[in-house]
Amino acid sequence: MMRRQIPLALCFIFGVFMTIQYFIPHHTIADMQERVLMWLQTLLAFAFLLGTVSLIKLHYHKIRNRADDRGYSFVALTGLVTMMALGFFHPQHNLPGSPFSLMFLNVQVPIEATMFSLLAFYIASAAFRAFRARTLEATLLLVAACIVMLGRVPIGDMIHEGIPQATRWILEVPNLASKRGVMIGVGLGMMATSLKIILGIERAWMGGGD
Amino acid sequence: MSAAMTMKLVHCLSFSAVVLLAACACAQDAEPDTAAALSLDTIPPAPVTGLSARDYIDNSDAGDKIELTWALSPDDGGGTNDVVSYQLWRSGGVEAEWDSLATAAAGETRYVDETAEPGVDYHYGVAAFDGTSYSERMSFGPVAGRANFFQFSRMSVLVLMLVFFGMVLVFTKLAERGAELFVRRIPGLNAIEEAVGRATEMGRPVLYVPGIGEIDNIMTIASLTILSHVAKITARYETPLIVPTARAVVMSAAEEVVKEAHAAVGKPDGYNPDNIRYLSDAQFAFAGAVNGIMLREKPAANLYMGAFWAESLLLAETGFEAGAIQVAGTAMVSQLPFFVTACDFTLMGEELYAASAYLSREPKLLGGLKGSDWMKVLSITIMTAGIVLYLLNPDNAFVAWFASQ
Repeated sequence: MMRRQIPLALCFIFGVFMTIQYFIPHHTIADMQERVLMWLQTLLAFAFLLGTVSLIKLHYHKIRNRADDRGYSFVALTGLVTMMALGFFHPQHNLPGSPFSLMFLNVQVPIEATMFSLLAFYIASAAFRAFRARTLEATLLLVAACIVMLGRVPIGDMIHEGIPQATRWILEVPNLASKRGVMIGVGLGMMATSLKIILGIERAWMGGGD
Repeated sequence: MSAAMTMKLVHCLSFSAVVLLAACACAQDAEPDTAAALSLDTIPPAPVTGLSARDYIDNSDAGDKIELTWALSPDDGGGTNDVVSYQLWRSGGVEAEWDSLATAAAGETRYVDETAEPGVDYHYGVAAFDGTSYSERMSFGPVAGRANFFQFSRMSVLVLMLVFFGMVLVFTKLAERGAELFVRRIPGLNAIEEAVGRATEMGRPVLYVPGIGEIDNIMTIASLTILSHVAKITARYETPLIVPTARAVVMSAAEEVVKEAHAAVGKPDGYNPDNIRYLSDAQFAFAGAVNGIMLREKPAANLYMGAFWAESLLLAETGFEAGAIQVAGTAMVSQLPFFVTACDFTLMGEELYAASAYLSREPKLLGGLKGSDWMKVLSITIMTAGIVLYLLNPDNAFVAWFASQ
């Protein structure tokens, strides 16, 4: 009973507070809001510890149980322990040239950049599928995409001066109108969901549903 | 007069003439410096008049704004017309020292001090400056910023919010009393059970990605409500459910949701905590790790529900290549095209928030959906009225008021 009632009560109190603070400019409320957000940051920092423990547990079990993909687990744990050791025990670890910075800049950053770069290839393969003109909608999409792509590069203007204008019209009229339509629905959906959660009507997020 | 006397007189006159000429030459050489000295403006400009200060006028601040107004110095735009700026000072009391506050350009007659401490009495001083000297400093005080308890500029938001909340609550009550509420078919949500069934038949797991948003993101909360329904279906079918997370708090919440869902369908032993995984807070490290799960553990159904950014297409394309049936849902407008392209079904925008009510068919939750629908009708009506009124008369008072909100 209390296991559900306390979270629901806390959710109601803080939900109502965060809603009304939007309308109250008084510094007392602003100070309280700042304090609540500081508490949130503190809680998130502690939760990070939970995540790290879960990560170590998962990969440790995989290595201990000799799972087929334990090699990846070994790499993940080695990376985690190395970076933690360099961060915690190396003096001035955040200065340029320190082993921690070198590892971060020369290993993590390039790997993440590589992942991001893959997006270009994925966009190409997804676009190839999306633009196959098998239906009227797909054909319209193909035509609109060709105009927009040409209109965003200098060659579009060189082919015909109307192409950049058509691009602007596509982006600013039908595209923006549909985006706004989705955004209005999203805004109302967010508000309805928030209200249901604050009032305890929607409880599935706590687990178990009813 | 003797010749000697005459000669002496001529010498004297010549010497006087030479001295006079030399003096004249010196005077001519020294003319520019003398002119500069003569033109140096040592006369300060006339002071400003009518200085006053008061609490900021729109009553929407936190008491940290004080508005100063003054009348121009007579030498700004008239008189010697040499005022280049106004220097503003502030002090904490009559005896306290003046601190420089700001400089206002010539021609300005208003300044809003946004650095005041609420409730503290201040004195303000203003002097005109002509580039060389200041006018007499005019002062005004004491004046204090008053913190306000309501932001009137957000009145329209409050009114619409209350109307909306009222609609949601009315429809929720109606639904509780047994009123039939029609909800249109959402293919993406129907596909979830189908996808889980397919994974069960193939004996492969279901992958549920709740996005990379933090727990305070409403999309993540909506995703957890959908996860609860999905976990009940997988628990019933005894299908493994893998939930990779990018945030530690989301992982804790997801653990609780999945565990409770197993308990709710009477299969608490089917819950495997190792399947709720924290991977990484880093966006692309998370994407890489999820892609690894797709390729190594080969889930038959991939469900992406929540807040996604650039990793959306990396995930969905990898899932497509792996041959999984994919259902996505997000309110991130910029990511919707990627999901539409790469997934079998996509919940667009508000459908993500409707999912919980749609899947559970609980009357209380369906009431919220109806409230949203009627609010959309109201919004469209207001917008249409605004457009028509604007077309009829662009200076319409209603249009002006609405644009100011």
